[in-house]
Amino acid sequence: MSRLRELFNRVRVRGRPALMPFLEAGDPDFPVLERLIPALVEAGADALELGVPFSDPVADGPVLQRASQRALQRGVRLADVLEFVGRLRRSVDVPVALLSYANPLFRYGWQRFCQDAVAAGIDAVIPADLPADEAGPLVGAARSAGLDTVFLVAPTSSDARLRLAASASTGFLYCVSLTGTTGPRDHLSADARALLHRVREVTDRPAVLGFGIARPEHAVAVADLADGVIVGSALYRVLEEAPDPAAAAVEFVRGFAEALRRPVP
Amino acid sequence: MTPTTLRDARGRFGPFGGRYVPETLVPALEELEEAYTRFSHDPAFQAELAGLLRDYAGRPTPLYFAQRLSDRLGVRVYLKREDLLHTGAHKINNALGQVLLAKRMGKRRVIAETGAGQHGVATATAAAMLGLPCDVYMGREDTERQALNVYRMQLLGARVIPVDSGTRTLKDAINEALRDWVTHVRDTFYVIGSVVGPHPYPQMVRDFQSVIGREARQQVLDREGRLPDAVVACVGGGSNAMGLFSAFVQDPSVRLVGVEAGGLGLHTGQHAASLTAGSPGVLHGAYTYLLQDDAGQVLGTHSVSAGLDYPAVGPEHAYLKETGRAEYVPVTDVEALEAFHLLAELEGILPALEPAHAVAYLPSLARQLRPGAVVVVGLSGRGDKDVDTVRKLETGT
Repeated sequence: MSRLRELFNRVRVRGRPALMPFLEAGDPDFPVLERLIPALVEAGADALELGVPFSDPVADGPVLQRASQRALQRGVRLADVLEFVGRLRRSVDVPVALLSYANPLFRYGWQRFCQDAVAAGIDAVIPADLPADEAGPLVGAARSAGLDTVFLVAPTSSDARLRLAASASTGFLYCVSLTGTTGPRDHLSADARALLHRVREVTDRPAVLGFGIARPEHAVAVADLADGVIVGSALYRVLEEAPDPAAAAVEFVRGFAEALRRPVP
Repeated sequence: MTPTTLRDARGRFGPFGGRYVPETLVPALEELEEAYTRFSHDPAFQAELAGLLRDYAGRPTPLYFAQRLSDRLGVRVYLKREDLLHTGAHKINNALGQVLLAKRMGKRRVIAETGAGQHGVATATAAAMLGLPCDVYMGREDTERQALNVYRMQLLGARVIPVDSGTRTLKDAINEALRDWVTHVRDTFYVIGSVVGPHPYPQMVRDFQSVIGREARQQVLDREGRLPDAVVACVGGGSNAMGLFSAFVQDPSVRLVGVEAGGLGLHTGQHAASLTAGSPGVLHGAYTYLLQDDAGQVLGTHSVSAGLDYPAVGPEHAYLKETGRAEYVPVTDVEALEAFHLLAELEGILPALEPAHAVAYLPSLARQLRPGAVVVVGLSGRGDKDVDTVRKLETGT
C-alpha cells in the first residue's frame, strides 16, 4: 500500500488530521534540511510537502517567494531536489509530496520526472499552476510510474471542478482554504469549512487543507473535517525570525502536533 | 471581430496557449470567456466600443506613406499610425475593450500590469472615463525609467504599485497582478495588456487589437490596389503585431515579420528575443516560447525598450513561428536607436523605442524585396515617453 494511502487510513481511524509541514527544497540549504526534517517528524509531522523553487511563483505570497528566491540563489534545480529526497529516504519514512510549478517539471520531461521522482522515494506530485484539465500528460506519466497526483481546489471552484480535481487526484485533494496566495493569516478563512463540506459531498478522497494556516487553533478548527493540514508560510516566518531557527521550527511543529492530539472539547 | 480560426475550443493555437494557472483563477477565466463570447456577439456592446474607439481614442488611424523613408530604402513604406491615438499607443484599443467588458460584467475594480507604462496609462484612462477604480502594477526598475508615465497614471486617478520582486520589470509586474487577481478574483477584472496570459486573454486581446489590421488592410488596398508584400511589427508580448497580422494571416502572399528586442546582442544573453532565442515552456498561464535556463527557470531580460523587456511572447506568435506563417528577427538596442533617429529626421516622427525596432529591420527587409515592394509597418506608439531615455543614453545627462 502506498505511504499516502496508509497514512490517511490511519488518520481516519485515529480521528485527527495529518500534520504536513511545507518546506522549500533548498531553503534552508540541503545539509540543514537533512537534519531538520527528521526532527520535525520526531516532533509530530506525519508527512512532508516539499516545494521546488521557481522564478515566478504566482501562487505564493511574500514569505514563500523569499524562500524560493533563496533556494534559487543557492542554485537549486529540480534534479538536486530529487537527489536530496533520495538521500532523505535513508532517515525519513513519512510520505513526501512534491509541489512544483509546471515549467520545471515540463522542462525536465513529464515522464522522466515521474520515473525519477518515484525512484527517489517521492510519493506524490502537486502541480501548483496546472489545473486538472491541463494535466493530461502529467497524469498519464504519473500513473505509469506509480506516482500519486494531487490537484488543488479553491473556494471559487464549482462542484463540477471539485469533481474534476478529485477524479484526477490519487494521493489526496489539496483544498485551498482561501482566495489568495500562500501566507500566514491571523484567522482561519471563513471559506475553509464551507469548502471542506463541499469536498466531502462530492468525493471520499482525503481532503487536506492548506494556505493561511498559521496557528494550532486553525488546524484544530478543521480537525473534524480535514484529513490533513499543511503549514508552510508560518513555519518560514519562524525559520526567518527565530534566533535558533531549527529548534524554533521543531517547537512550532510540536505545538501543532500536540494541539491536534488533544481531545476536541 | 476576427473569426477565431486559429484557436481550438480549449484555447490553444496548435499546441500553444492553454490555461496554466492556480485553480482559484480557473472559474474567473471561465466566467470571462463566457462573458467575452457573449459580448463579442452583442451588437450593443460592439457599437459602444466602436463609438469609443472613434470619438474617444481617435480611430481610424491614418496609414501614412513615408515618402522620404521609402526613397531611402527603395521600397514603398506605409506606417500604420497607432502613435496618433489618444494616450499615444495602440494599447488603448485593448484597454477600452476590456474595461468596457469589466463594466458590463459588473466588476467593481480593474487592475493591470505595465512595462513601459503605455498599457498602464491606457487602462487608467479607460477606467477614469468609465468610472472604475484602477490599480497598476509596475516593476520598480520600470517606474524609474518611465517616471513620466507613472505620474500620468496618477493624474488619471490610478494607484501605481511598484513591484520589487524578481527582476523588478514587466515579468514580475504580471506575477504581482496575478497574485492580486487570485486574492480579489470575485470583484476584480484583470486587464492584461498583451496577447499573453491564460485563455481567453491571447484571443481576446488579439480581437480587440485586430482593428489595426482591418483598417490597414483596407487602407493599403485603397492606396495601392493590392495587398502589401510584407507587414512588419515589433513583438514584446506581441499585441500590436498580432492585431496587425490578424488581417493578413490568410493571405499567403503577405510576409509577416515580427521584430524582437535583441538588446545588447543575442550572443551576450542580454536581450528579450524569446522567439528567436527561446524555447517552449509555461509562463503566465500559457504554453509558449520563453527565455529559460535548462532547469526551467525563467531568465532575466534586457532591452532599451521597457515595452519589449519580457521573457515570453503570446502563444499565437509561437504558433505562427512553428507553422512558418510568420518570421521573427531580433534587432539590437543600437539599431533601434538608429532607427529612432532615422524616422525623426526623415519623417518628422519620433517613434516609441518599441516600434523603432520594427523600423530598424526595414533596411534588411528592403534588400530581400524587389524594388517598389509595398511594406506596412506597425507604428505602435509615439516616442515622447522615451525622449528622456534616449537623451540620457546619448548625452549621459
